[in-house]
Amino acid sequence: MADLTWKDMEIGNIITTPGSARAYRTGDWRSDKPIKDYETCIKCGMCWLYCPEAAITIDDDGMYGFDLFYCKGCGICAEECPKKCITMIEEEEV
Amino acid sequence: MAKKVGMEGSLAVSEAVKLANTDVVAAYPITPQTHIVESLAEMVANGDLDAEYIPVESEHSAMSACLGSSAVGARTFTATAGQGLELMHEVLYVASSMRLPIVMAVANRALSSPLSVWGDHSDVMAVRDCGWIQVFAENAQEAHDLVLWAFRVGEDTNVLFPVMVNIDGFNLSHVTEPLLLMEQADVDKYLPVNKYPLPLHPDKPVTMGAFGPPFIYTEAKKAQEVAFQNTKETILKGWDEFEKVFGRRYSPIETYQADDAETLLLTMGSLSETASLAVDNMREQGKKVGLVKIRLWRPFPFEEFRKTVKNANVLVVLDRCLSFGGPGGPVASEVRSALYDQANRPKVVSLIGGLGGRDVTPQNFEYMVDRGLEIAEKGSDSEYEMIGVRK
Ligand code: SF4
Ligand code: SF4
Repeated sequence: MADLTWKDMEIGNIITTPGSARAYRTGDWRSDKPIKDYETCIKCGMCWLYCPEAAITIDDDGMYGFDLFYCKGCGICAEECPKKCITMIEEEEV
Repeated sequence: MAKKVGMEGSLAVSEAVKLANTDVVAAYPITPQTHIVESLAEMVANGDLDAEYIPVESEHSAMSACLGSSAVGARTFTATAGQGLELMHEVLYVASSMRLPIVMAVANRALSSPLSVWGDHSDVMAVRDCGWIQVFAENAQEAHDLVLWAFRVGEDTNVLFPVMVNIDGFNLSHVTEPLLLMEQADVDKYLPVNKYPLPLHPDKPVTMGAFGPPFIYTEAKKAQEVAFQNTKETILKGWDEFEKVFGRRYSPIETYQADDAETLLLTMGSLSETASLAVDNMREQGKKVGLVKIRLWRPFPFEEFRKTVKNANVLVVLDRCLSFGGPGGPVASEVRSALYDQANRPKVVSLIGGLGGRDVTPQNFEYMVDRGLEIAEKGSDSEYEMIGVRK
């Protein structure tokens, strides 16, 4: 995407292939990232419900995790978790 | 044969909107534009115009509704004035960047405060950079004609930009004048069906108005800028074709007695007719005075303008808008910078008048020429002067 020139733009910057938001990595401006203690998690799904980025995943066992491609590091999940099992830690320089 | 009628300027606009078989009108009434949307609402209610009329709660909503209807490929019209245009401000930029060919009539009105419903050009000058094609009408006939032309040019797939037709509040919007009403058969010949190339449609979903991160915003603006510059050809073609069908000629820059003029007056809109009276008077007195009228304000017709004024000594610009603390009235600053690099160019004098509905008389124009010559010769201690102020 980053090598598109001005001549490649559709009229009015219309996007003709749906789903382009999926390809956009919203996780790249994160300064903190969530980690969690899976032992204390009660699978209540509050983190999933509150995450503004839909970055909470659910696996086959019903266990909730994080999709760091999209997670913006806002910390809402950590704030809302009733068991306080999510902690925000500083993202390391890459 | 086109019928000659006596008609108010506002109705001349709405009749053109009707003849264009407009699909959607989304508008909010505001003086002095109200008669335009009022008469359109009546046409829709009476079944004379088969359109969707969307009464909205503000001008911001009016323009937003226009975005949506234009995006599905519907022929879309709105009208506003003064504060209403300013309330639309941010959405105007969205319309042009999204390349939606909305047509809007602006019954030019002063901006508050003090509250004024009367005419000047403060409203349109505040939105001059919004990326719309902008023209000025001088009388009701031109208002009638330019609205139809606006649909044809804006919707052309070589253009796809919104078009603003400026008509002076009250002086044009509320004055009844004789005009030739266009015939439906001629209109149908002149104006093809609107075919927006990538409309919103469930069969072929597209995303419009997506966000543009830093890696692409500049390219998006460059594409818009190049496309806007390229509209000129279609604008001129639209006027050529108009002349063929309707017999009336329009040009980006128009003149009156300008060919051998040493001093030129420059106006936009309805005051041009008053100025031409003053030119006649001064010609009788043996003064070599002429008039230049800017019809096409955006994209600014640099080439035509430079050619028209290059042999004059002094160009006196009347702006109906103040640019507080700026280098002159908005029109004067622009023409001055358009001429700065030219080897042959007149001196540009910036005068401000006709604010908030104040009459500008032929005598005022004669004063402007005298004062303009004086400033050109002796200079002035200010960048611009207001005329007609009680001392
Ligand atoms: S930190 Fe914010 S974005 Fe990331 S998973 Fe938690 S709620 Fe979602
Ligand atoms: S909110 Fe906390 S306890 Fe509930 S599912 Fe999420 S991590 Fe587990």
